[in-house]
Amino acid sequence: MTSVPKELDPAEIPPNCQPIITVRGLRNAFGEQVIHNDLNLTVCRGEILGVVGGSGTGKSVLLRSIIGLQTPETGEIDVLGENMVGRTEDEAKNIRRRWGILFQNGALFSTLTVAENVEVPIREYFPFIKPPLLDEIASYKIAMGGLPPDAGPKYPSELSGGMVKRAGLARALALDPELLFLDEPTAGLDPIAAAAFDQLIKSLQERLDLTVFLITHDLDTLHAICDRIAVIADQKVIAVGTIPELLALDHPWIQEYFNGPRGRAAAENYKEGATA
Amino acid sequence: MAEVTEQDADHGHGSVYRVAGALTITRAATTQRELDSLPDPITIDLSDIDRMDTVGAWIVYRTVRDRGAKVIGASRDEVSLLKQVGEFDAPARVVPDEPHNFIAGVRELGEWVVDAGRTLIGLLGFFGATLIAFAAVIRRPRRFRLNAVVQRFDVVGVRALGIIGLMSFLIGIVIAQQGSVQLAQFGAEVYTINLIGRITVRELGTLMTAIMVAGRSGSAFAAQLGTMKITEEIDAMRTIGVSPVEALVIPRILSAVVMMPLLAFWSMLTALIGGGIFVWLSLSIPPLAYIQHLHDVIPITDMWVGIIKAPVFGFIIALAGCFQGMLVQGNSEEVGSRTTTAVVQSIFLVIVLDAVFAVFFSSIGWV
Repeated sequence: MTSVPKELDPAEIPPNCQPIITVRGLRNAFGEQVIHNDLNLTVCRGEILGVVGGSGTGKSVLLRSIIGLQTPETGEIDVLGENMVGRTEDEAKNIRRRWGILFQNGALFSTLTVAENVEVPIREYFPFIKPPLLDEIASYKIAMGGLPPDAGPKYPSELSGGMVKRAGLARALALDPELLFLDEPTAGLDPIAAAAFDQLIKSLQERLDLTVFLITHDLDTLHAICDRIAVIADQKVIAVGTIPELLALDHPWIQEYFNGPRGRAAAENYKEGATA
Repeated sequence: MAEVTEQDADHGHGSVYRVAGALTITRAATTQRELDSLPDPITIDLSDIDRMDTVGAWIVYRTVRDRGAKVIGASRDEVSLLKQVGEFDAPARVVPDEPHNFIAGVRELGEWVVDAGRTLIGLLGFFGATLIAFAAVIRRPRRFRLNAVVQRFDVVGVRALGIIGLMSFLIGIVIAQQGSVQLAQFGAEVYTINLIGRITVRELGTLMTAIMVAGRSGSAFAAQLGTMKITEEIDAMRTIGVSPVEALVIPRILSAVVMMPLLAFWSMLTALIGGGIFVWLSLSIPPLAYIQHLHDVIPITDMWVGIIKAPVFGFIIALAGCFQGMLVQGNSEEVGSRTTTAVVQSIFLVIVLDAVFAVFFSSIGWV
């Protein structure tokens, strides 16, 4: 195991950090197969944290554990100051109201239009909000997600891949969340759409003061919008930090990931973009 | 919380709406109601607000937009949030436009007719494609997928033995019981055996089996193929050069055609056993006498009537199931509706054909 400097150790809370998600000693296993063992991670308020790792290292399982879809074997998970493990449905509801989740394939309800999809969480938590206010809220959320106004009355099967993601994002933003979970938001998008989606996330994060927990394989996304990056390998988060900080480590996976041909190309692009 | 002041000292001022604390989605409904109840012109005072989200900002924005309200006391952040939500103002449309009443009715009728016509043509086309594929397999027997067919035999036939046996056994008992009650009024209980024997062998055995197979396997065929259609597995097959009709449809149709007569025979047998047990216990006719009596009253042609129908029913059920499955497009909801259609269509067609068969067999003298 490579030694990690203290400031990149995931168990440490960075200075000036107001923790919004804290994971301590998480262990997840499916039968004999251990996914996470003694995993630690802290997400600070107002940051965009990117989570990277090879396929099958349990990025999505980590997300599912944090949002309560997967009960861990052991470990502590605090989200927005509340302990997530072993909560009842009713207690969890109050926290669910304060986050939004964009699933990898959008997970839009296929029998509802985009606007109705956005209205689902609002109707569930605030049944007293009625049309026309309700419809107007859905409509500006759709615009916020970067969709044209005529997308509202469309069904998910009529949308392209990029539009499905934007509609999913609009639904995730429906309740004005403090915390946004994104599972591979740019996977399956063309580079132009992916770059536009990155910028959309960044601008929403600034405007709405969001904290973003983002799982991605997309090196461009990491360079363009992530404040810190958590690397999952060997069943735990091996380091958390900015890209230059991570590059200073001599862990083979991190080196290969950021210094491989694709990693270098993304870094070049980003440097050019920043100077231009 | 909200504090509403109506300044009636000076009528020119209208009303002032002052909110304190948080103007967020949590109290959006209340805020909107309070604003609606105030007379124009409204002045919204935001000086006591410590938190505002986009929904709160939207309510302020739309009041300004629709009723020309004036906003005072907004901090820099709040002004910028108001401006930002304003940028996202777009006409709100939630469901697709639909013309109502008469035109919609006519259109629906037209769509239904076109749909029915297309289904009929499609079914004929599918029938033809299946025959062609059958011919291709017969010409080149190496293309025949024995493993797939045998696996279907197991799923469609062997695994259905339990439920079909139990169902038929119980139906045999019910027929015997109901029949004996009615026939007892004429002192003709012994004819219960004629009733059980002829009705189960000639009609019910095959018909009940067909309904069970339609519900069990016809629906499964539609759902399997429909799901494969959605996940693009069928497209993948085509591009690899595997004919989906050969690989998926033929094994299913073949299994239904081969298994239906066997299952129908099994159903007849268990129904007769059920009836026999009732007759034994209730009318005290011992099993050997029961069998002897059955032998005397059931003509062998009854058996042929039941068995000849079975493969035709099996073919119809599998064809409808596979056809509906192949028609699935778009979303997962359609898998459900197509599966329902497949079962309804196949049971309906089976009953229609059963009537045709009844007339046919009577006319050739098999009564």
